[in-house]
Amino acid sequence: MITAAIDWNSFVGSVFVFDNYGELLGLLRNSLWAGAVLGLVGGLVGTFVMMRDLAFSVHGIAELSFAGATAALLLGADVVTGSLLGSVLAALVMGFTGLRAREGNSLVGVLMPFGLGLGILFLSLYEGRSSNKFSLLTGQIVSVSSLQLTSMVVLSAVVLVTLVGVWRPLTFASTDPLVARAKGLPVRGLAVVFMVLLGISVALSVQIVGALLVLALLITPAAAAMNLTSSPARTVVLSVLFAELAMVGGILLALGGNIPISPYVTTISFLLWLVSRAVRAVRERSSSYRRTTPHRGASAPLTAGATRVPEETAAADPAPGPGGLEPLKTGDRPGTG
Amino acid sequence: MGSSTAHTAADDGAAPVIRLQDAGLAFGDRTLWSGLTLDVAPGEYLAVLGSNGTGKTSFLRVLLGLLPLSHGTVSVNGTRPRAAARGVGYVPQQRGFPARTPLRARDLVAQGVDGHRWGVRLHPRRVHRRVDELLARVGATGYADAPVGLLSGGEQQRLRIAQALAADPTVVLCDEALLSLDLHHQHVVSELVHEQRERTGCSVVFVTHDVNPIIEHVDRILYLANGSFRIGTPDEVLRSDVLSELYGTGIEVLRSNGRILVAGRPDSTHHTDAPEELLP
Repeated sequence: MITAAIDWNSFVGSVFVFDNYGELLGLLRNSLWAGAVLGLVGGLVGTFVMMRDLAFSVHGIAELSFAGATAALLLGADVVTGSLLGSVLAALVMGFTGLRAREGNSLVGVLMPFGLGLGILFLSLYEGRSSNKFSLLTGQIVSVSSLQLTSMVVLSAVVLVTLVGVWRPLTFASTDPLVARAKGLPVRGLAVVFMVLLGISVALSVQIVGALLVLALLITPAAAAMNLTSSPARTVVLSVLFAELAMVGGILLALGGNIPISPYVTTISFLLWLVSRAVRAVRERSSSYRRTTPHRGASAPLTAGATRVPEETAAADPAPGPGGLEPLKTGDRPGTG
Repeated sequence: MGSSTAHTAADDGAAPVIRLQDAGLAFGDRTLWSGLTLDVAPGEYLAVLGSNGTGKTSFLRVLLGLLPLSHGTVSVNGTRPRAAARGVGYVPQQRGFPARTPLRARDLVAQGVDGHRWGVRLHPRRVHRRVDELLARVGATGYADAPVGLLSGGEQQRLRIAQALAADPTVVLCDEALLSLDLHHQHVVSELVHEQRERTGCSVVFVTHDVNPIIEHVDRILYLANGSFRIGTPDEVLRSDVLSELYGTGIEVLRSNGRILVAGRPDSTHHTDAPEELLP
C-alpha cells in the first residue's frame, strides 16, 4: 500500500509540475500561440474530415508526413518542409484516386505502413540527436522557435483563408455530393483542394502532437461537437472550442514537466468526447430529439386503398417475393428467362 | 389523366425548356438510344420510363450536363446543360444520410438556396427567411430543425423538393424520386411535385420505373427500350401494340383499377428487382 502511494505521488509529481510557472509561461509564449493557431485549424478542418468520413485518411497522411520529416532529418533539410511535402503528396494521391471513404480506405491501408516503415528506416540511419527522433511520432516537449511559429501561422492562414473561400460549396459537396454535382459544383476539384488543406493541417499538427496522435486534434473535437448538435454553425463553433481547450489546455499543463504535450492533449480531447457522448446518450433517452426511430414505411397499409396494397407491396419489395400478383408474375416468367 | 391536356395547350408556342435534336447515347458499341428529337414545353410533365439499363438515368445525366451525348445536340433553357444546371431543380432518389450528419432539415434546403456560392454565408437572415418559405411550401415546417439523419424517407423527399425549388427552376428533374417510399408517401410526394408545377409553371421530367404514382399528372411519356424509344401521351404509348413493336415481342398492357401493368417484357431482370418485370 505504501509503495503504491509513493508511486502515485511521484506519478502526479511528474505529470503536474508547476514550479516557476510564471517564468515558463513567458518563455514558452510561442508554443501557446502555436497551440492556439493549431486548435483553430484542427477544429475547422476536423468538421470537414468528419463530414467526408476521412478519419482513416488523416491517419495515413500523418504517417507519410512522418516519413517526409525523417527523410528531411536524414538529409539535413528542414524537417517542417519535409513533413509538409510528405503529407501534401500523400493527401494528393488519396485525393486523386479514391475520393470518398469507401474507395479510399484500402489505398490508405496500403500507404500507411509504407510511410511508417520508410520513416523508421530513415530514423535508424540518422545519427544525430535521438530526442528529435521520437518527437515526430509522439509529439515534442514544448519548444517552438519564433521562426517555426511564423511559418506555422503563415501556413495556417493559407488553410483558413482557403477554407473560408470554399466553405459553402465544400459543405454542400461533403454532405450531399450527388446533388452538389447535379447543381454543377466541381465536386472533384473541391475534394482535391480539401485534401491539400488537410495535408498542410496534418503536417502542422505533426510538429506538436506527433504523427501517431494527429487524430486527437483533427477528429476528436469535431466528433465531440457532432455528438452535441446537428446545426452546422454550432458544430463548427464547438469543434473549434474543444480543439482549443485540448491544445492550449494541454500545453499549459505540460509546460512545467518533461513529459511531451501529446498525452495531455489527447487526454483532454478524449475526456471532452466522453462527456459529449454521455450528454448525447442522456438526450436520446429523454427523447429531447424529435424521435429516435424513423417511422419508415409504417403508414402505407393504413392510407392506401385496399385493392392496391398487395401490388405496391410487391413492387416496393426488393426481393421477388410472392405478392398479390401471382397470375401476372407467372405469366411473366417465361419471357424473362 | 383529365388535367393533362391543359398545360400543353396553354403553353403552345413558348420556347422549349428542353430541346433534344437527333440525340443519341452509346457506351462503346452499345447504343442506349439514338435519333431522339424531343421538345419539352414550359409546364409540361414528361415521364421517362423503361427498364434498368435502357438509359433512363443517363438521359437525366445528359440533361444535367454530367454526360455528353454521343450524337446530336441538347439544350436546356436555350443553353448548354452544364451552364443551365444552376436553374434546374434536381430531386434524387431517396437515400439515407449518416445519422451524425451535421445538417438539419433547414440546412439541406439552404444548400439549395446558396450552397453553390463561394465563401461563407453573409446574410443568414435572408437565407433563413427563404428557407422558411420553402419549408412551408412543402409542408416541412414541423421538422425544420430536426437532424436530416433522423428523418423518414418521405420527409427527406419533401425537403428535396423544397431544395430543388430554391433555384426557382424552369424544370425539375426527378430521378426515381419515389423509389423506396411507401405507397402513402409516393402519393404525397407525387402530388407535391404536381402542385409545384401548377404553381410555378415549371416543367417536370420524371424518370421512374413505375408510372402509376404519377400517371394522372403526366402529359407525355418517353418510353425507352431495346435501344429505341416511343414518345407520346400515355394513351398513345402505353398500349399493347405499341410496346410489342418497341420490344419486338408480345407485350400486354393491362389496366386494372386505374393502374397500368405491363406484362411479358423480355428485360434483363437478373440484375434488378422484381418491379422491373412489371411497369408495374
